[in-house]
Amino acid sequence: MLTAVLLFLPLAAALLLLVVKGAAARALAFGASLLEFVIAAYVAFDFTRHGSTAYNLDYRWIASAGINFHIGLDGLSLLMVLLTTFLVPLILLSAFKRDYDNPSTFYALVLFMQTGLLGVFVSLDAFLFYFFWEVALIPIYLLAGAWGGERRIAVTLKFFLYTVVGSLLMLAGFVYLYLQTGPAAGSLAQHSSELTAFYNLKLSAAEQSWLFWLIFAAFAVKMPIFPFHTWQPDTYTEAPAPATMLLSGIMLKMGIYGTLRWLLPVVPLGVSQWQKPVIILSVIGIIYGAIIAIRQRDVKRLIAYSSLSHVGLMAAGVFSLTQIGLQGAVVQMLAHGVNVVGMFFIADAIERRTGTRYIPDLGGLTRRTPILSVCFLIMLLSTVALPLTGGFVGEFLLLAGVYEYNAWVGAVAGLTIIFSAVYLLRMFQRVMLGPDSSFSETITDLTGGELLVLVPLIALVFWIGLFPNIFLHISEPAVTNILALVGR
Amino acid sequence: MTSIILLSVFGILNLFLGFLRSNKVLLPGAMLLLLAVFGANYADWNVAHAPYFNNMLVVDNYTVAFTGIVLLTTILLLPFSRSYVTSGEPNLAEYYALLLFSLVGAIMMIGYDHLIMLFVGIEILSISMYVLAGSNKRDSRSNEAALKYFLMGAFATGILLFGIALLYGATGTFALSQLGAAVANPANASLQPMLYIGILMMIIGIGFKVSAAPFHFWTPDVYEGTPTFFTAFMSTVVKTAGFAAFLKLLAVALPAAQGFWMPTIQAMCALTLLLGNVGAAAQSNTKRMLAYSSVSHAGYLLIGLVASKGMLTGDATSGIFFYSLAYSIATVAAFGVLKLVAEHRQEDSYAGLNGLGKTNPLLAFVMTVAMLSLAGIPLTGGFFGKFFLLAAAVGQGYIGLVVFAVIMSMVGLYYYLRPIIAMYMQPAPEGATPVPVDGIQTMTLVVLALLTIALGVVPGFMSGIL
Repeated sequence: MLTAVLLFLPLAAALLLLVVKGAAARALAFGASLLEFVIAAYVAFDFTRHGSTAYNLDYRWIASAGINFHIGLDGLSLLMVLLTTFLVPLILLSAFKRDYDNPSTFYALVLFMQTGLLGVFVSLDAFLFYFFWEVALIPIYLLAGAWGGERRIAVTLKFFLYTVVGSLLMLAGFVYLYLQTGPAAGSLAQHSSELTAFYNLKLSAAEQSWLFWLIFAAFAVKMPIFPFHTWQPDTYTEAPAPATMLLSGIMLKMGIYGTLRWLLPVVPLGVSQWQKPVIILSVIGIIYGAIIAIRQRDVKRLIAYSSLSHVGLMAAGVFSLTQIGLQGAVVQMLAHGVNVVGMFFIADAIERRTGTRYIPDLGGLTRRTPILSVCFLIMLLSTVALPLTGGFVGEFLLLAGVYEYNAWVGAVAGLTIIFSAVYLLRMFQRVMLGPDSSFSETITDLTGGELLVLVPLIALVFWIGLFPNIFLHISEPAVTNILALVGR
Repeated sequence: MTSIILLSVFGILNLFLGFLRSNKVLLPGAMLLLLAVFGANYADWNVAHAPYFNNMLVVDNYTVAFTGIVLLTTILLLPFSRSYVTSGEPNLAEYYALLLFSLVGAIMMIGYDHLIMLFVGIEILSISMYVLAGSNKRDSRSNEAALKYFLMGAFATGILLFGIALLYGATGTFALSQLGAAVANPANASLQPMLYIGILMMIIGIGFKVSAAPFHFWTPDVYEGTPTFFTAFMSTVVKTAGFAAFLKLLAVALPAAQGFWMPTIQAMCALTLLLGNVGAAAQSNTKRMLAYSSVSHAGYLLIGLVASKGMLTGDATSGIFFYSLAYSIATVAAFGVLKLVAEHRQEDSYAGLNGLGKTNPLLAFVMTVAMLSLAGIPLTGGFFGKFFLLAAAVGQGYIGLVVFAVIMSMVGLYYYLRPIIAMYMQPAPEGATPVPVDGIQTMTLVVLALLTIALGVVPGFMSGIL
């Protein structure tokens, strides 16, 4: 029952926000998201002690077609739920920093989006999963399109079309799988769209081969993997900061999560057939994103390309099909979510103060902003994967997984750490240090309200960096289960 | 049957109401009458009735379900005729009466069990529509629309009637159930050329009414010229009734001739999807876009005919029912908003919707829901409509057609997003004032949006009922 509460509480708050305006809207939005996090934390606590059975919900949704409203939690979904519920309050706090037009609608869309995201992470029915997958898209499209920068219309249209085309291909794959299933126990319908029904299918290697690409299309666009990424840098740059945080911090993980839950175990033969090309594409993405990031002069765009590079490593780790690679992907999903939200928050903080994101215009900001500099550096070093930080644990495990798959690929993928050190530290140097710019004397340091966002993020960076076992322990059974299904 | 009687009586009653010269009673009056008819229709659900008029008309669940759609659509559409009420239109009562009479025709088309009844139904519906298309007498485009619609429609009806005659010649009967046996009878094999020409002519005639390509060319011009209120009626009620008739004809009378009509319908389906979607993508006028979009939706419904494989029950029939319902509701919402906005701003291009999200959040929201539903995005009824239809077609093995339909629905996304972009992402024109919306219209818009979302969230209550 608590799973349903988790799922629909943000939606209820979003609906309330349609009538609540002004300062009360902020309180309501933030309060709801905080309550949501508290519930998620309680669920996590209870989950580790009593297991997942209490969180399984299964209702008939469309009885005549055998489609059920089936949601549940395992270690993997739980971590994703925790990440989402942890980040959304912080993203809302960061949205309060700016005066957006029509703010209560803005917050309502963020919360609506949260329901979509959580739905993706807890669905255990293929069509329910697809349903939430698309539900998450509508609010983010409106957020980015209505509150974005100058080129928002063309950019968000491209984003929307890319992702929807990808999802439709996935839906086609699901429909094909669905029609291969038999009736579920106790159901009058001829087919079933249960996740387990999909797992139990025995399909030929040839079928799985093309099904792999149908389903993977949606995930590859969402992550995004090279060469399906062309929507990403533009969209990240043009969207307002909170929407960028949602996109990069959480929505990107939908792709990885989807691959883990709905691709690897469903078409294992297809996966083993295409494993190598996908890993190669991922590694190309790592290098490609990093090299382009070096050349960027817009802070937000640089972080966008850096995110492209990092997600390539996550994908490579997932497709290494090793326990350590998958575990690394799970930890890195958390760490990257925290890092990238922090980075975009700081980029937004600098833009709010100076009115620009253009690197050559900035410089020498650090003298007046010691706290900002320290926070920036911590986030940045975690993204670079310095030991003690969350990024290190994730990337280390991922690289170990890729190395286990193939030493050469692992070596090339390892370049990501060097590259990200190059472009991120160079950016830090040119923005915060370096010769003084016109803003060096006038810029103000972080306010208490901004620290409220950054301190939890930094705390989590170190928590994941120092005690990753808590998270690894939660996800381990789920990952083992996925690998067992792949290996059958 | 009760609904036909009630509608005819109420239509005449409405004409007399016109003598009162008080337009204020007409709108609530017509809505109440229609609600009563809707109730009477609902009372027939799951009730076995003997056929009426010497087996010419049957009232079964199929009839009741599709009649429900056309009645509901009309009820939800009526509040948007408010501007005719306030403009002091002298002939308002006649318009309402014609609407009610045309519904009688629609119900006959849905419930027919005899080709003559089909013809009578189509004529009652069409003649009312010819008049209503030209109801804006002072507008030359409305006159053009009426003339075009009438000339083309008259030809199509002629062809349909010729087809019926040939079918009679080949089989010796007008009754659907006997036709089925006669077509299947090998003794009639020598008359097959006549039969096939007859079937083809009937397909052309009905294809024209539902604006399926290549018989759709009248649609954009007629839709654009016709007053928006009647365009909405045309693209929902006429289409729903047309498809109900089409499905019945193919499924009950002609299953034995499947080998002949199946390739024809498939080709029409692919062509309709292509021309409708590509045509819509090229428009810059919202009304014309909706006209082409209604052509494209005829294409999706034709997939249902293909998947029905000559059966009046099952996945495909349920799919057509659900799709028609979701499509009708979304289309009424879209045209309703468009009518209100275009009347206020005197502009029916996409630019006319600019900044609506700021000036009228409710209208913009309802339009967004309608567009998403027409595009088939989850959370709206349109998604499940497409899903049920395409799943039924995949289940019958028509993979190629479905893949094509999915590609075409990607094209659809492009043009359905353009009103959304205009409403939320473009600034409102200088000095734009909110579009005035009265209480009953607000309520109807909310109902339309809620129905669309309900169909998209809990489709179970309407799926699989046939």
